Amino acid sequence: MTAADWSAVRLTAALAFTTTVVLLIVGAPLAWWLARTRSRLKPLWASLVAMPLVLPPSVLGFYLLVTMGPQGVVGQLTQALGLGRLPFTFAGLVVGSVLYSMPFVVQPLQQAFEAIADNLLEAAATLRAGPWDRFFSVALPLARPGLVTASVLGFAHTVGEFGVVLMIGGNIPGSTRVLSVAVYDHVEASEFDDAHRLAAGMVAFALVVLVTLYVVNRPRAEPAGMSR
Amino acid sequence: MINARLQLARGAFTLDVDLALPGRGVSVLFGASGCGKTTVLRALAGLVRAQGRVALGDELWQDDALRRFVPTHERALGYVIQEAALFPHLDVRRNLEYGRSRAGEVRHESGPDVDLDQVVALLGIAPLMARRPATLSGGERQRVAIARALAARPRLLLMDEPLAALDAKRKAEVLPYLDRLQAELDIPIVYVSHAVDEVARLADHLVLMDAGRVLASGPLAEMLGRLDLPIAFGEEAGVVLTGRIGARDETWRLARLDVRRASEDDTTDADCSLWSRDPGLPVGQAVRVRVLARDVSLTRTPQTGTSIGNQLQGTVEALADDATHPALALVRVRVGRHALVARVTWRSAHMLELRPGMPVWAQVKTVALME
Repeated sequence: MTAADWSAVRLTAALAFTTTVVLLIVGAPLAWWLARTRSRLKPLWASLVAMPLVLPPSVLGFYLLVTMGPQGVVGQLTQALGLGRLPFTFAGLVVGSVLYSMPFVVQPLQQAFEAIADNLLEAAATLRAGPWDRFFSVALPLARPGLVTASVLGFAHTVGEFGVVLMIGGNIPGSTRVLSVAVYDHVEASEFDDAHRLAAGMVAFALVVLVTLYVVNRPRAEPAGMSR
Repeated sequence: MINARLQLARGAFTLDVDLALPGRGVSVLFGASGCGKTTVLRALAGLVRAQGRVALGDELWQDDALRRFVPTHERALGYVIQEAALFPHLDVRRNLEYGRSRAGEVRHESGPDVDLDQVVALLGIAPLMARRPATLSGGERQRVAIARALAARPRLLLMDEPLAALDAKRKAEVLPYLDRLQAELDIPIVYVSHAVDEVARLADHLVLMDAGRVLASGPLAEMLGRLDLPIAFGEEAGVVLTGRIGARDETWRLARLDVRRASEDDTTDADCSLWSRDPGLPVGQAVRVRVLARDVSLTRTPQTGTSIGNQLQGTVEALADDATHPALALVRVRVGRHALVARVTWRSAHMLELRPGMPVWAQVKTVALME
């Protein structure tokens, strides 16, 4: 593999890792809120989170490009804060990936939180645990399978994205040229052997990740969150 | 004292109660399912927000007039439910330590400092400490759940049908621990139940609830002797007497129960004694016995040539219809300081010309001993 290809591998790994960390920090409270709320706005928020599942990535990328661009709301904000413009930067890719992979992190977490019996959280409250304490000492440990699924899917899905990256990241080596874009470049240049190496590597990666996930999250004798 | 004035409307159901429960012993909230007893308990715990006021002694947990509402995790209480709700990701020891380690952080004064070893011994769970909840039997889970609540040093223990999910055998396994708990720890208990046998065995104070209201509230003996209330107990109407084993008859394998009121000075002579099958308990052991109305018959003169060994002289105090059947009457008979309730037919009451103030003999066929 060429140095440029290795650079694409490193960049992809860094992007997927950063995106996953950001998503867990943002997604866990959001998933917790969605799992527990009785708000009438819940369907709206759940739909917004799920939007990337049904939208073409290019549509999401297009709007991100517009809003993060010089005339966009987010673009104006980042410029005012002295952060410059996000499109065609690594940070811009992270923002796009976070939104694009959001449902893959939030939905497993939300399901895991919803499966936790209310009486366990109430028991924790009667045992002097405050709301944050209950979240960290009962909800998160019991949602562990969901946490594993969310992390793996968030990471893998970010590795596999293409349309959003192309729209808002372009193809800058070492900065926004991730694996999926590199494969596209090789094919465009009729470098089929190079394309094969990267493509086959990604197929193998996806398979290993998913098999690992299914093995780790095998249903056990007692599902987490059971009340007794 | 536990004082609670609670109001809540939820669809067609409305709760409106004003409770004053003693600051020691077991108060049982009794009523059919849907009568609101669990909601009262949850409101005491702060798990449900009713309108009103909740005070435990001098500590104010809720007072809407003062806009005060102490959240559940700042109330020094223990809460045990039917499903035990042990944390599945923690072993028994860490379940016990969960509340205990946090009890020190509570702003308000905690209850008596209960030693963890004492709680573990009291509930007989020492061999279970390293086990996961999933590997415990139903009875073991309940004992751990009770221990977990006690370990957090509560000033009040709330129990919501803790035995309802257990079969008769498991129930019998847990009940003695509840007795010991009362005897050894000075923590008031509010206990929700719809099982008459649990009321008879555990209650010191009884609150009868129906459709979100309190029908009646008072000491157990007084409540069970009221003829306007046994409707709530149907076939199982009867009284509970408290006393001690006074003597044992080795030849006939019988034991004499000297009945006293629980609050009466223990040195006074027994004024009412009943013979029962010898339960094998030592003389002096405190016991509760339950005398069902259907096991008490009345005669105008002492009987000879009868197989019934217990005859007590008393006075008719009151007669009332028995809700179980129009042919039946309930008769309250005063025996010394105690009351018995007898179930007789109206025909018999008529033939015996029973009326208040009349001396009678009560024949007690069976007494059920509750350790």
